[in-house]
Amino acid sequence: MSQAGLIPLARSVPSAVFHPECFRLANGMEVVVVTNRRAPAVAHYVWYRVGCADSPPGKSGLPHFLEHLMFKGTKNVPPGEFSKIVARNGGNDNAFTSWDFTAYFQMIASDRLELVMRLEADRMVNLDLSDEHVYPERDVILEERKQRVDNEPQALLGEAVQAAQFLHHPYRLPIIGWLHEIASYTREDAVDFYERWYAPNNAILIVVGDVDAEGLRPLAERYYGVIPPRAVPPRRRVQEPPQRAARRVELADPRVRQPQLVRSYLAPSQHADPHGHSAGLEVLCELLGGGTTSRLYRSLVVEQALAAAAGAGYQPWSLDPTSLRFYATPRPGVAVDRLEAALDAEIAKLLDGGVSEEELERTKGRMLAEAVYARDSLGGIARLFGIALTTGLGIEAVEKWPQRIAAVDRAAVEAAARAVLVPAHSVTGRLLPLETSSDG
Amino acid sequence: MADRPQPFFPRVEEVVSPGGVRAYLVTERSVPFLTLALHFRAGAVHDPPDRAGLATMVAGLLDEGAGPYDSLAFRRELEDNAIRLSFDADLDGFTGTLKTLTATRDHAFELLRLALLEPRFDPEPIERIRSQIQAELKRRESDPDYVSVRAWYARAFDGHGYGRPVRGTLESIARIRRDDLVSFAREHLLRGHLAIGVAGDITAEELAPLLDRTFGGLPLHGAALEPPPTEPQLGDTVLVPMPIPQSVVTFGRKGIPRRDPDYYAATIANYILGGGGFASRLMQEVREKRGLAYSVYTYLADVRLAPLWLGAVATSNERVAQSIALVREEIARMAAGEVSEQELADAKTYLTGSFPLRLATNDQLARMLLGMMVHELGRDYLERRNDLILAVGMDELKRVCHRLYAGSLLLTVAGRPEGLE
Repeated sequence: MSQAGLIPLARSVPSAVFHPECFRLANGMEVVVVTNRRAPAVAHYVWYRVGCADSPPGKSGLPHFLEHLMFKGTKNVPPGEFSKIVARNGGNDNAFTSWDFTAYFQMIASDRLELVMRLEADRMVNLDLSDEHVYPERDVILEERKQRVDNEPQALLGEAVQAAQFLHHPYRLPIIGWLHEIASYTREDAVDFYERWYAPNNAILIVVGDVDAEGLRPLAERYYGVIPPRAVPPRRRVQEPPQRAARRVELADPRVRQPQLVRSYLAPSQHADPHGHSAGLEVLCELLGGGTTSRLYRSLVVEQALAAAAGAGYQPWSLDPTSLRFYATPRPGVAVDRLEAALDAEIAKLLDGGVSEEELERTKGRMLAEAVYARDSLGGIARLFGIALTTGLGIEAVEKWPQRIAAVDRAAVEAAARAVLVPAHSVTGRLLPLETSSDG
Repeated sequence: MADRPQPFFPRVEEVVSPGGVRAYLVTERSVPFLTLALHFRAGAVHDPPDRAGLATMVAGLLDEGAGPYDSLAFRRELEDNAIRLSFDADLDGFTGTLKTLTATRDHAFELLRLALLEPRFDPEPIERIRSQIQAELKRRESDPDYVSVRAWYARAFDGHGYGRPVRGTLESIARIRRDDLVSFAREHLLRGHLAIGVAGDITAEELAPLLDRTFGGLPLHGAALEPPPTEPQLGDTVLVPMPIPQSVVTFGRKGIPRRDPDYYAATIANYILGGGGFASRLMQEVREKRGLAYSVYTYLADVRLAPLWLGAVATSNERVAQSIALVREEIARMAAGEVSEQELADAKTYLTGSFPLRLATNDQLARMLLGMMVHELGRDYLERRNDLILAVGMDELKRVCHRLYAGSLLLTVAGRPEGLE
C-alpha cells in the first residue's frame, strides 16, 4: 500500500509548547499566563485545589454544590447577578468540578479582564448565602443528577464501575454525589467547606489570550493579592488497598436496547506513579484503543466483526491512582460474553507478543502531531495547565509532554502493560437489556 | 458598553478558483494547521422514503476507503498523518470537516478529493457502518433527550421528509444497498450545491488551485428534486412513556427564516426568553427561583424549508407540569410584547460583545464562514452583523415577539409525567 503521504512527524520534538509565564503572589496564589494575541480576548480561570474526592463523609458531591452556590451572591454582588454582569459585558462564564479540582471561568474581551478579576476575587472571600437561594439550588442539583445519571442507563453503569474500581479511595464517589446525600446538604455544610478550602493560597489563576505577565501582574496583585492567606488542610485522602480480586458489575435495565462492555484496570497517575509507568500507559492506551487503526478497533470491529465500536481511555492527570479503561459495543446478535473473550484475547496477545517498533512509532507520531491542534483554543490551553497544577504536577507536565511521549520505548509500553493489565486489578462492567441478563 | 470601540473581526476573503469553486477564507498563521468546513445542500430530507438514514450512511462511508486505498489504508493515511476528515448529514445538508497540519496539506486535500469523487463503498465497511448506525439507534432508544426531540419532528412534519429520522430506523438502515449509496453520492454531491469555509494557515493564492484540484471533478448540477415546502403541525401535547425519573420536554413552533429581515429581532427575542443562559427569563423562572430544572433553553433552528423555534426542559415527573405551565406563561408574556428597554439593551450588549468570542478558533471560524456561504449572508457579514443587532428597536422587537410567540405550540414529553392534561 502507498505510503506517499506519510511524513516523519516525530522527528523534531519541541522542548516547550505554550511558553507560559508564571509567578506567585505574596499570599501564595499561583499565576500562569499564556500570551496569545490572535484576538482581543482572554480566557480567565481560577482553580481551587479541592474537588469531590475531598467531600466530607456522608456529603458526596458537596464541592460541586458549592460550585453552584458560588453564583448565589456576595456582600457586593446580589444573588444571580454574577453571570448577568458578565453577559452584559459580552462575556460567557461557567464553572466545573471534578474529583481533584473546582474551576471557574469567563471568556471575555480583553478590555473587560479587570472586571472579571474583580468579580472572581470578590467571591473567593465574600460569599454570602441565604436559605432562599441555597435550597432551590439543591433541587437544581437533584435535577442535574437525574438528567445526567438516573435518566441514562449508560451513566448508571459508569457510576457502578467507578464505585467498584475504588473500594476505599474517594474516587469511588460520583462527582455529582449520591442522590440521598445531595438531599441532605445544608447551607452550613456549604459554608464550612467554603471557609475550609477557598483561599488564595489554595487557588491558581490562569489567564490565556491577549495579555502578558507584565500587564496581568498589577491586576492580580490589586484584586487577588489583597486577600489574606488562610491555613488550608492538606488533601489527605484514604488510599486504595492492593486489589486482589477481579470485580464484576452488571446493570440489567428494561430501558436498555444496546448492550455495552467496559473493562477498567486500576492504574498509576503521573503524580502517583512509583514505578514510572504512566507515560508508557498513555502510549499503550492510544496503541490499543485510539482511533480506527488501533488494535482493538481493527480486531474487534473490523476483522472479527463482533463490535460496532471499541476503544480505550486513560487520563494520567489525577492526584491519586486512576484507571485505564476499555469499552466495546457488541454488534446486533453478538453476545457480550463473546465480545469480552475477544477483548481478553487482544490483551493477552499484547502481553505475550509485545508491540512492534513500527506501530509504536506510528502511535507516538500521531499523538505528537495531534497535539498541535490543542494550541488553537484559549480555554483548552487554560484547562491543560489547570488540570496539571491541581493534580500535583507543575507547568512542565504540559511543556514537556511531547518529550515525555517521545521518550517512550517498546520496553516502557510492555512494562506498563504487564504492571497494569492484571486480571485481579480489574473491574468488568456490563450493560444489558433486562430480559437477557444471563446471556452466554 | 456604548462607548466601546468596534470589536476586531478577522478579514474574510472570497476565493474563487480558476475553475469557479468558491470559498470564504480567513488566513490565520499563528498555528500551523487549517480547518476546512464544507456543505452540500443534500440532507436527510432527500433520503428516499423507505431508505431513511441514507445520507447519514453515505457520510459514514466516504472516509472508509476511496480511490487506491481500501478502508484500512485510507484510515492509516488519515490517522498516521494526524489528518482529521469526517462527514455528517443533517436534515438539509451533507457536511464535511477537514483538519490538517500545514506539512500534510496537499495530501489531506487529495484524500478529501478521493473521498468525494472515488468512494469505494466496499462490502466490509458497509456492514460495519451499518452496524454502528444501528447500535447508535438502539442506544438512543433509551436516551430521553433523543426520544423527545424525535417525537417532536415526527409529529410536526408527519408525512414530510423532515419528519423522518435523520439517522433512519433499524429497518430502513437494514434495507440500504450499495447501489443506494452510490446513487446518493452521485446525485447529491454537486458543485452547484457546495459551500466552503476555510480558516488557518493558508493564503488565497495557495487555496485557489487546491479548490480546483479537490472539487473541480464534481458534477455541477444533477437531477435531484427540491423537497416540497412544509410547515410544522402545532397544537398538541404528545406523551412518549418511558420508565425514567425525570421527564424531558421538547417544545416549539414556527421560527423565522435565516434571511428574513426579522431574524435579528428574533435572535434578541430568543435571547431574552430562553437563549441567554442564566440571563434568560426561563432560566430565572424555572431554575433560579424554583429549582425545577438543571437546564432549560431555547434556540432558533434554521431548517431550510420550515424554520423553527425550539426549546427543552427536563424536570422530575412529579413537578414537570409546573415547568410546562411556566414555559407557556413566559411565552405568552413575550407574545404580548412584555419586554423592557433594559432587557433589549442587555441582549444587545451580550450578543454584540460575545460575537467575536465565537470566532476564536480555526474550527469556529471555518464553521462561521461556511454558514455565511450556505445562508448567502455575504463576505462582509462579520463586520455588518453587530450593526444588524444594534439596529433593532423596541417597536420592531415587540412586533417580532408577536410573530414568533403568538399561537399554539407543539409539546412532546418523554417520561412518566404527573398531572398533565
